[in-house]
Amino acid sequence: MLQALEGSQAVAQAVALCRPQVIAAYPITPQTHIVENISKLVADGKLPCEFISVESEFSAASVVLGAAVAGSRSYTATASQGLLLMTEVLFNIAGMRVPIVMTCANRAVSSPLSIWNDQQDSMSVRDAGWIQLYCADNQEAVDTTIQAYRIAERTELPVMVCMDGFNLTHTLEGIDIPTQKQVDKYLPPYQFSRTLDPRNPLTLGTCVSPDFYTEARHSQHQALLKSQAEIIAADQEWQAISGRKAGGLLTVEGPEQARVAILAIGSVIGTLQTALETIPPPQPVKLIKLRAFRPFPIDALKEACQNLDDVIVLERAISPGIGGIVGIEVLAALSELPNPPRVHNFAAGLGGRDIRLEILPRLLSVLSDPGDRRFRIIDVDLEKLPVEDR
Amino acid sequence: MIEIRIHGRGGQGNVVAAYLTAMAAFEEGRYGQAFPNFGAERRGAPVMAFVRINNNPIKQRNQVLAPAFLIIQDQALLHVPGVTDGLLPGGKILVNSNLSSAVLSSQEGKDIISIPAGTLAKQILGRPVPNTALLSAFFTLTGILSQESLAKVLKQRFKDAVLEKNLQLIEQAAQQVPAGLWKVSEQQEESHVTSP
Repeated sequence: MLQALEGSQAVAQAVALCRPQVIAAYPITPQTHIVENISKLVADGKLPCEFISVESEFSAASVVLGAAVAGSRSYTATASQGLLLMTEVLFNIAGMRVPIVMTCANRAVSSPLSIWNDQQDSMSVRDAGWIQLYCADNQEAVDTTIQAYRIAERTELPVMVCMDGFNLTHTLEGIDIPTQKQVDKYLPPYQFSRTLDPRNPLTLGTCVSPDFYTEARHSQHQALLKSQAEIIAADQEWQAISGRKAGGLLTVEGPEQARVAILAIGSVIGTLQTALETIPPPQPVKLIKLRAFRPFPIDALKEACQNLDDVIVLERAISPGIGGIVGIEVLAALSELPNPPRVHNFAAGLGGRDIRLEILPRLLSVLSDPGDRRFRIIDVDLEKLPVEDR
Repeated sequence: MIEIRIHGRGGQGNVVAAYLTAMAAFEEGRYGQAFPNFGAERRGAPVMAFVRINNNPIKQRNQVLAPAFLIIQDQALLHVPGVTDGLLPGGKILVNSNLSSAVLSSQEGKDIISIPAGTLAKQILGRPVPNTALLSAFFTLTGILSQESLAKVLKQRFKDAVLEKNLQLIEQAAQQVPAGLWKVSEQQEESHVTSP
């Protein structure tokens, strides 16, 4: 049913519809209203589920890991420093191939201390072995949360649903919450092939000698690559039930004949869509919405970009010392094309800086100035810095 | 598209006011979007929240920089730098104040309507929380959304005594301002430029 809801509240309802059995979360900042709303559902007796308030995110991740291998559909949510504190367990969860769903309400990372939005947190754990799906709006966050369980349990890979903190989590808008019947039809009861059971003893996460570690890593890498098909299928199957798609691996919109595309990730997509309508660019421009960052959809991206001259990548995190994160991966993927487009890479909106409509002409201005193609933080105000730091 | 910016102090229900407005738009079959200017929440600190109302889906998520309306929950904020920035030409300001609209308008040189929302709220709710009274006055002045929708969303948000008192409060607040004084025509609604 279509309702006016805050993003966090909507995701809490989506999680509840997936009938989780164990939820563990650290209840203090940088936590969101998501687990607060879920804990209320549990306390009010509306969601039969074990809710475990833990003393740190490290414990939250550890509890859901244990719960999932013991046979329970599990959930947790975090952001920012909380995600970093989980890091060690994130690698363990992925290495053990345990199907857990977690929401990352994307926020900046200290220092300097910031509670505001960017995507540095999830980008920093991109190598942990989790599937990472980024949501452009709250409807996608709801639909992706439900799809995430299906993807996770089919692939035995953990899924991180990334939604921009505040920009989505704290925004109230009309959101269609599916019915329990729809979700039940889509999502079978939890099953895990290696559930711990004393009658059939096995171990997970054991010590592996050099004889097998390489093969374990190879198999994990292959599993991530193959999960692309499941991500696409999960979206199509959800569309058959709900009538909505959440964006597959990536989506392309805009004029067919465009030779220029802007590729972005997360909630800035909506602002770019409005900008394209209200500040019509001099040339046709496509918009590429990257939803899957892990696995990185190399083939889909090559197909989307094969007839382009320029791809402008806008991202909300940086890798200090080189520049962009998404941009470098796009550059690498497109280098396989016979006539690869030029890739221009910018970051903006770090630590909660508002990304305005006027970013569109600023991004496109790079096309008329092909000289300096190095990565830049496009909304930096150099005047605020001492000359030697500019 | 109508863009509104709400200024207040932490604890005055700024985010709730923004959410209630977007919820009321939703009740009337329109599109609404509301979000706070996120800060480290603490009571008394200047805070703001944004609302967009539109007849079509709202995609952009940038802050409201060029509002048609400002709702200011504390008169002292009128002099805080940035508070009135970006108000569109012909834009209107609704202020919680015990000073008259005429006095405030001439003091500030702007189109201001005031209502003693805090005083009214203190009388009826027992706490000087001005947000629902201001919304009632705002809906009455502009006709953008109806009192019925406001009552409806209050019923979704509050219950029991708090709800009853708020319903009483919005009824009284609505009588404090001339209905339709800031009426927005459909044409104006369509033509409003959005925040850059």
